[in-house]
Formats: sequence, C-alpha cells, structure tokens
Amino acid sequence: MSTNDPRLQTETLTLAYDKRVIVDRLDVRIADGSFTVIVGPNACGKSTLLKSLARVLKPRAGAVLLDGQAIASYPSKQVAKRLGMLPQSPVVPGGIVVEELVARGRFAHQKLLRQWSPEDEAAVAGAMRQTEVTDLADRFVDELSGGQRQRVWLAMALAQQTPILLLDEPTTFLDLSHQFEVLDLCADLHEQGRTIVAVLHDLNHACRYATELIVMKDGAVLAQGAPAEVMTEDLVERVFSMPCRVMNDPETDTPMVVPASRERRRAGSSRVSA
Amino acid sequence: MTAPGLHLTRVGGARRIVIGSRSGRLSLRMPFRSALAGTGLLLVSLGVSLVSLTSGDFPVPVADVLKSLIGQGDAGTDFIVQELRLPRVLITLLVGAAFGASGTIFQGLTRNPLGSPDFVGLTVGAATGALVVILLLGGGGFGVAIGAIAGCLATAVAIYLLAFRRGVQPFRLVLMGIGVSALLEAANSYLIYRAQLDEAVAAQVWLIGSTNGRGWTEVTLVGVAVVVLLPIVLYHGRHLDMLALGDETATLHGVPVERSRAVLALSGVGLAAAATAAAGPIAFVALAAGPLAGRLTRSPHAGILPGALMGAALLSVSDWLAQHAWPGGDIPVGNVTAALGGIYLTWLLVHERRRVA
Repeated sequence: MSTNDPRLQTETLTLAYDKRVIVDRLDVRIADGSFTVIVGPNACGKSTLLKSLARVLKPRAGAVLLDGQAIASYPSKQVAKRLGMLPQSPVVPGGIVVEELVARGRFAHQKLLRQWSPEDEAAVAGAMRQTEVTDLADRFVDELSGGQRQRVWLAMALAQQTPILLLDEPTTFLDLSHQFEVLDLCADLHEQGRTIVAVLHDLNHACRYATELIVMKDGAVLAQGAPAEVMTEDLVERVFSMPCRVMNDPETDTPMVVPASRERRRAGSSRVSA
Repeated sequence: MTAPGLHLTRVGGARRIVIGSRSGRLSLRMPFRSALAGTGLLLVSLGVSLVSLTSGDFPVPVADVLKSLIGQGDAGTDFIVQELRLPRVLITLLVGAAFGASGTIFQGLTRNPLGSPDFVGLTVGAATGALVVILLLGGGGFGVAIGAIAGCLATAVAIYLLAFRRGVQPFRLVLMGIGVSALLEAANSYLIYRAQLDEAVAAQVWLIGSTNGRGWTEVTLVGVAVVVLLPIVLYHGRHLDMLALGDETATLHGVPVERSRAVLALSGVGLAAAATAAAGPIAFVALAAGPLAGRLTRSPHAGILPGALMGAALLSVSDWLAQHAWPGGDIPVGNVTAALGGIYLTWLLVHERRRVA
C-alpha cells in the first residue's frame, strides 16, 4: 500500500449474481474525506458496488481494500467500527421500538461484559436528535411511515459512528424538505471529517452536495471528479441517452441538469444548444 | 460517569436496567421488564420445584426438605428427597430450560414462531432414533438416549441439506422441517405397528414424554448439555437479536453472520437432542416458551435466557399438575404439555391471523 492510497478502494473488482456479471474488473478509489456521490441509470451496478464496498456482497474476483487490506480479511466487528451503511430496503422487524433499534446500532462497540456505556448512551441520543426521531422513541418501527422509517434506519447507521458512511439512495421515501434535511445532514457529517459515499438518483442533488462524482454505466465508471468538471451535456446524454442542458444552479453555483423538452427529444435532436 | 451498582436509565421512554462497575468496564444492560420477568420465572420454577419435593405419597415438610438438600437430613428423608424426588425435579428444570432455549433460538433464526424444534421435526427425529433402539435393537436406558441424540442430529443434517439452495432461506427451512416431521411420524407409527405389544406400549409411553422414572444418568446427560451449551448460546444471544434484523443489517453492524448462525443452530440442536434423550419428545414447551416470554417481557422476541427460564417454569408447573392434579395420579407430563400446548397453538394461530388481516 503506497502512502497516497485512500482508505477505501477496489482492485479489479468483479461482482456477479449467479452467472450475470454486473461489475467487471473495476478499479475505483474513494477519496478520503470526500462526499462522493455515485450516479448512473437503473441497473448500472451502483447499488451492487456499494454493497460490495460494505462487504455485504462478496466479490466474484478482485477485492475491496479497506486501509490497504482486503475487507474480507478483517474480523466483522473491526469493519463495522470503520464503515457503516444505510441499506436500500432493510428487513423491517416486527414489534421493536425505535429507540431499541437505534441502540442496536452500537453492537460493534459493545462487548459481552460491556453492553452499555455512557458513549453508547450519547451516540444513540445524538443520532436520534440529528435525524429528528427522538419523539418517535417509543413507537414501533413497523408502524411508522416510509419517511419516518428511513430516518430511523439512518439514525441506526449514525449511532454506529463510523468514519466512513455509505448510503444507498438515502432520499427515497422522503418528501422534498426531508430529502434536503438528509442531504444537509450528510454534508454536516462530511464537514465533521467523515467520508460519505452515497448513491443518488437526482443529478441535481448529486451536483449540489458531492465533492466528487462517480458516473457509472453498465458496471463501468465513465467519469470521476468534481461535479463542475464531470457533469457535461455530452456525458449525461451518453449515460442516460437523454438530451438535456447543463446550466448554472443560481442558488449554489453548481451544475444543474435540465432535461430537454418532450418536443425536442421527439424531434430526435441529439444535441440541444443553449 | 457510571454510578457503581445498579441503576435504571431512561432513553426515550423505555426503562432499562444497567448493572455496572464504577470504572464502566463492566456493564450489563437489559430492559427492566426482562429483568423483572426473568426473576419472576426463576422464582416460580424454584418454588414449584420445592413444592414438588415436599409433596407425594410421603409428605415432607419444607424445613426437612431444605435440611436434606444441605446434607443435614435423616436417612429416611434423604432417600425420599434425594433419591426419589430430586432427580425428577432437576430433570424437569433442565429439560424445560433446554427446550425453552432451543425453541427461542430456532424461532429467532427462522424468524417464525412455528420454527421451533418440536415443529420442524427435530424431536420427532429424536423419537425415531429412540424407537429404533427400543424396538429394533432391544435397548433401553442409556442406549435409548444415544439413539435419540443420533436421530435428532441426523434429522437436523437432513433438513439442512434438503432446504439448502444457494444458502438457506428461513421459511424454506421451516416448511422442509414440517415435511420431514410428517415423514418421520409415519416411520414412528410403522415401527410401533410392527412391534410386540409390550414393546409397543413401552415405546408409546416414551413418545408421550415423561420425567417419571428417570434417574441421575439422565440428569447428568441433560445437565452437561445445559452447562456446556447454555453459556455458548447466551454469549451469542445479542447476535440473535441482530440476525432478526436481516442478514444484511447484521453484517453491516459487525455480526459474523454465517458463524454465529452455525454456532446457534448447532447448540440449539444439541439442547433439543439432550432434552429429548432425557425425557422424551415432550410437546410444545419449545414452541411456547419463547413467544410467552416475549409477551411477558414485551419485546419482539424473547431473549434466550427468558426463554429458557420460561421453559423451566412451564415444565415445572406441568409436571406438578401431571403428578398431583389428576385423580389417580402421575400421568406423563407430555400429556399435560400437549393439552396446554394445543390451547396455546389455537390461540396463537387466531392471534397471528388477526394481526395479518
């Protein structure tokens, strides 16, 4: 491992479900301290990649390296102290209340004879406050709305207090204001020094919040870099087969993707001039 | 700083009890209700056991029982208490705890209240092993126990292999277990049909499940299983809680999923095998202990320890009923648990159906 290798990267990573290869010999580096956002069309392998980064999916070949070592070679708890993930659709357990679920996020930090510490207490209370689920503490998780549940799962991942946090479509199920609350929260965590890797569908959210974009198609990385450099009309059309205009977001001075009108797209013009 | 000793904490609204040292290096945490329920169940088990030691054809006062237990009784009392009644009381406690723990484990692993060892064929397989020894090999006593353990382990392996298809889906495991269970029931009936009348009666009595007429051999058998396996499964108890959240979440939070599941399943099989070997396939204790303990502790699924204590309490009470509540006395405890379990199962199915609807 050379000194400028990032904490999390892949090495000729091949991922497959049965015989269907999703990602083929991929090398990708997650810059330390970055807010990396992975975008790409449906079924491009972005969630699959994220799952393998969190060692939920075992590689067919190649490896995910965490701090220079294959992630599979660590004891499970060691990884869980460094890297956490908000999955896309976790199993919703019956009959468990919010506070208890969030508290289980402390599993990796606990031992048989040290099941609860003041740090655990503070981490759980803090995570619930940040995601605004403190008032839901005594509610059953399976009785919550989709949006509330999403925030509870996020609280559980935050309680884990890992320096690297992966999020698989964290804004799903959320209304507009809650989408931005979650993204703002990720930005806060990033500013506090954590490395954030999120899969997002909305390109404009991605451009606003990412310090680094990874654009994927068909299991390969087509572009990686700062949104202002990466997000061009050309690239969007190549990746999503969709003509559009890339403009300046007046609020944030970041690229803003505006899809071409239906008429223009129907006219078949592959380029849309401003 | 954590205060030394024992204190209650409140996060959100749920009260928890935390037992901790001043340095904070040692701290055990559990929901307040679990601690309360566990203590209650332990007291019930021990209380009923004490009553069982006093009652019978020769009533012995509580004071004399206690004297005998600490080695200061007279010879006659010692014989009644230690030789006649104590093995049965201990077997009841240990078998109940083993079934309760095993049931809670499998219900947790399969995420299904019907996924207990007496439902997915483990105890039926143990019975097949025992019947083979009783009826085909003409064995008794310890041989029957060995047969039961071998039958239980073989059944577990068979169900696992049959249910395996790129990993094991919990629901598939339960269905396969119910299928295998039906098949083994048929085999058991056939074995009994083929047998001589007196052997058939002996085998049938064994099948009901009883703690009567067992001695220190059986106490040792199930005692060793509980002493060795219970600490192992209690160590993995929190893993079971995490596995209930799904394999993905459990992995993300640092549970070695495959290994924990294997350890829990093997220990669960061992507990069920030893309990069945010692007392026969006593019905419904494994099925009912976990969910009843969960109801008492108001948690999604009971911890293994509350499940084990509930099992011990259920079987102690059932055994007392079997001995004393029936005119003409002493019926096999399996009859009592089967009757109570039938009522429980009906209630469970009605309740589950309502919840789904």
